Amino acid sequence: MMPSKDAARGAKRRDFLKTAGAVTLGAATLGAPAIVRAQAKTLNIGLLLPKSGTLAFLGQSCQKGADIAAEVCAQLGYKVNIKLMSADFESNVDLSRARAEKLISEGAHMLVGPFDSGAAGAIAQVAEQKGVPFVINIAAAPQITEQGYKFVFRNFFTAGQLVGNGLKLMKELFVATKTQPKSAVYMHVNDTFGMANKGAIDKLYPGANLGMELKASIAYDPAARDLSVEVAKAKATGADVLMVTTRINDAILLVREMVKQRWEPMGIINPGSPGLYEQQFFATLGKYSDYCITNVAWSDPKSAVTDMAKAAWAKKFPKDPWEGNILNAGFTIEAIMICADAFQRAGSTDGKALADALRKTKIEKKIMLGGPIEFDAKGQNNNIISACLQNRSGWARVVLPSDKAERPPIFPMPGWGNRGA
Amino acid sequence: MSDLYLNAAVGGALTGLVYGLMALGLSVIFGVVRVVNFAHGEMMTGAMYGAILLAQAFKLDPLVAMAPIAIGMFLLGYGLQRGLVNSFVQRPEHTQFMLMVAVAIILTNSQLIAFGPNARNVQVDYALDSYQFGALIIDKVRIFAAIAALAVSGALFAFFRFTLTGRAIRACADNYLGAQVVGLNVKHLYGLTFGIGAACLGAAGCLLLLLLDVTPLQGPSYTLLAFIIVIVGGMGSLTGALLSGLLVGVSEALAGVAFDPSAKSMFTFALLILVLLFRPQGLLGRRP
Amino acid sequence: MNMLFDGLPRRALVALGLFLAVLLVAPWLVNAYILSLLVVVLYFAYAGQAWNVMMGFAGQLSLGHSLYVGLGAYAAAMMFTKFGVNPWVGLLVAVATTTAMGAIIGFLAFRFGIGGVYFAILTIAFSEFVRVGFDHWPWLGGSGGLFLPVANLSSNDLLNLRGAPIMFYYVMLAMCVAALGFCRWLLGSRLGYYWQAIRENEDAAAALGIPVFRYKMIAVMLSSAMTAFAGVFYAFYYNNLFPEQIFSMGRSIEIILGPIIGGLGTLIGPIVGAFVLTPLADGLSELLQWAGIDVPGVKQVFYGICLLLVVVFLPNGIWPMLARRLGLEREH
Repeated sequence: MMPSKDAARGAKRRDFLKTAGAVTLGAATLGAPAIVRAQAKTLNIGLLLPKSGTLAFLGQSCQKGADIAAEVCAQLGYKVNIKLMSADFESNVDLSRARAEKLISEGAHMLVGPFDSGAAGAIAQVAEQKGVPFVINIAAAPQITEQGYKFVFRNFFTAGQLVGNGLKLMKELFVATKTQPKSAVYMHVNDTFGMANKGAIDKLYPGANLGMELKASIAYDPAARDLSVEVAKAKATGADVLMVTTRINDAILLVREMVKQRWEPMGIINPGSPGLYEQQFFATLGKYSDYCITNVAWSDPKSAVTDMAKAAWAKKFPKDPWEGNILNAGFTIEAIMICADAFQRAGSTDGKALADALRKTKIEKKIMLGGPIEFDAKGQNNNIISACLQNRSGWARVVLPSDKAERPPIFPMPGWGNRGA
Repeated sequence: MSDLYLNAAVGGALTGLVYGLMALGLSVIFGVVRVVNFAHGEMMTGAMYGAILLAQAFKLDPLVAMAPIAIGMFLLGYGLQRGLVNSFVQRPEHTQFMLMVAVAIILTNSQLIAFGPNARNVQVDYALDSYQFGALIIDKVRIFAAIAALAVSGALFAFFRFTLTGRAIRACADNYLGAQVVGLNVKHLYGLTFGIGAACLGAAGCLLLLLLDVTPLQGPSYTLLAFIIVIVGGMGSLTGALLSGLLVGVSEALAGVAFDPSAKSMFTFALLILVLLFRPQGLLGRRP
Repeated sequence: MNMLFDGLPRRALVALGLFLAVLLVAPWLVNAYILSLLVVVLYFAYAGQAWNVMMGFAGQLSLGHSLYVGLGAYAAAMMFTKFGVNPWVGLLVAVATTTAMGAIIGFLAFRFGIGGVYFAILTIAFSEFVRVGFDHWPWLGGSGGLFLPVANLSSNDLLNLRGAPIMFYYVMLAMCVAALGFCRWLLGSRLGYYWQAIRENEDAAAALGIPVFRYKMIAVMLSSAMTAFAGVFYAFYYNNLFPEQIFSMGRSIEIILGPIIGGLGTLIGPIVGAFVLTPLADGLSELLQWAGIDVPGVKQVFYGICLLLVVVFLPNGIWPMLARRLGLEREH
């Protein structure tokens, strides 16, 4: 296996791919012919997602968002051609680096992804080395934007912002419902994301003045097969509120175990992680999924762009409800919007020009809640805000902030036995 | 606090019995065929998906689905042994290991393609019921699963003890050459053994489905767990596997109460390391 | 020096020389993506060579080599981030750590006569035990991960192992060549003959008066010491470490696939294995992309089938077959 031969063959194959494959998304946007410039160039966006492996579910959800992004961009009036080049890094950090190199060598002008902090760290290094702008859709580890990178932009919370927003909304929730719990216990998954959240809670909780004592923090294994012991321990603290940082499967295990052990705290509140608002959660737990609360970034229910995305989604994925994919799809669509916007303003596919354009980003018409999309000197968007979501009859609904609320919040939650059939 | 330990220990013991049944399958295969089945967890995951399909199509309770799934797994196991594994029986361990790793990779990813990455489960009516005895709360599914695991194990013990085929298989395990000399059809018996091991696994999968969700990628962790249980209990010892499943279940649960729950699997590995060092034949095993 | 090339037919030397020459100029002929693949290939060639010392030469099956990679990586990364010590000095700490770990596992296992599958499971158990331990060690980031500062990306700083992929490529290539030479020397030494005797039949070796325990210990310690470098390299190439990833059982399996597929116990086997497997995985992705199949998992299924075919049809691995066909075998 001679590398040189391999390279030659690789190059040929790539050329073939390029000519055969200037396709899909470009065609969709080309639909509005009059305005297309004579020399309309195409922006190649390399999309890096974990579509197989442990994060497969999330990566595939993001991919679906990307699949409708071009249509949303076209409806928003971005006059650019986008070609998506998709790569699966198989939930493996090492592969994410090689895949990033691959996309760039195949002509990607910008990178988007990857729903994972470890992979984001690895991809960022490649992006920086190659001078290819990298727009992070989802990844919360604060270190990523602390390395002094010039080509890395994050349209997502850092763990600190996530938790800070989450705690603030908790206080608002207590005020809005005129209910003040006395104590809380915190359960979190012991992985990269869980630890980042735990760190932020340790730092921010004392200053948040929630008026409830944090009795204990209980960490559990992300691969835990059951959580009976963990829940029993949490129950034994006698806390009024259960705070959690979860993934999906463990969130289900957790609530199921609470029902079995007949533990009925005033509420289950998640200050910023996935799990409780996931479709899988509703499907599995039915009525027991109701009234759980998550404070997390969410789509603005009153935004026209949200409606656009929702309609495009419904057309393309009629079997998979938008509501079950909001966070993953929403941020992925926005990341691609950000790329399209920067490309339109830069008028070039040069990495430096694109990065400069990205630094001047100001997008008002967007999906997720919060102020306009803007990046600070570190490439971090600090304008995202969280919504307080409460599960109500099978979907997560915005209950706070009140100007965006779809329903008023209910707290404390009804006991497991008082929920009808 | 003592309530907490009591609840944890009882819950751990009940789940442990089901783990024990899963490990029994591995123990049977390794004890007789001497093949290291590194695709054990992946095969069980397949059985769990089978049970889910049956539940969706015919509203079959996993407890009922145990029968068809076990039969199906038996046939698959028999076929796998005769078709693929048999030519590896006399090969070195690392080659067997590679073979089963390849099988595991294929199984895991076929499951990912077929069922998608989401966690799936079967929701039975009594899934969230529990019984309360004073401070002790036990959930119904766990009791059902543990009883069923004991019943299946009992049937297996009886098979090996009282039936002609069962005894022939044991003869094979004790003395391969001797078994051939006296004219036993070793290939067929190996196939049967692999099938029986797989059937145990199928039954265990159905029971676990009552307690847990299934994802396509969970295989390796169950493979590892099964190996730990078998080695702690003693390779080839059926009672040992069941007992050690119980032990692992209880010790993990108690460790979770006493220490940091996310570190509780350390205790299982520590248990394994200790057993390997001080009683390498396992709690109830014969000297390897 | 002569000893290294003794008994090799002329054409084998020529082939080896040519291969090395191609690898030396490769970075200038290929694009960045292929280069990054080659770095991974060399990484696995090296790690596979290190593993091969233990299993291929001395017959001790380790399924937990990610333990040594992880410990090596964390040791050097700790020295770098906490004490500002450069990675080459950190390598000494890494080697000391992994060798000590290897010695502990070897001592415990061989003392109590644990071998075969039991030894293999013991290595997994230790690896998992340490993984969970690192998950709960906040000083080194715990499960949140340890991030090495990334700076100085434009110029190559060999002393601090900070730089572009091309530098890492040559570092790894040099280490692969060194490991190959070292292993060749090992095999030809008395040590090598003793190991092979132990591998073929431990009881017979003991009966011949070979101190089995001591030589098995040497194999484990050498193998773990060599693996430490793979870890140091990993830490400084990827710049972030997560116990979940680096200590995982999957990583151990990745390391040992190469030597087994390539040819267990041979010197070239680990290299051939690495050069087959990594491109196979990526080639499959390309092929599927070209065919327009974008179903996650399909690639891995094909990968598994390829492994299966090799195991079934080439039980001794690819290299012994290839060497025979090409007339590159050593003359006795």
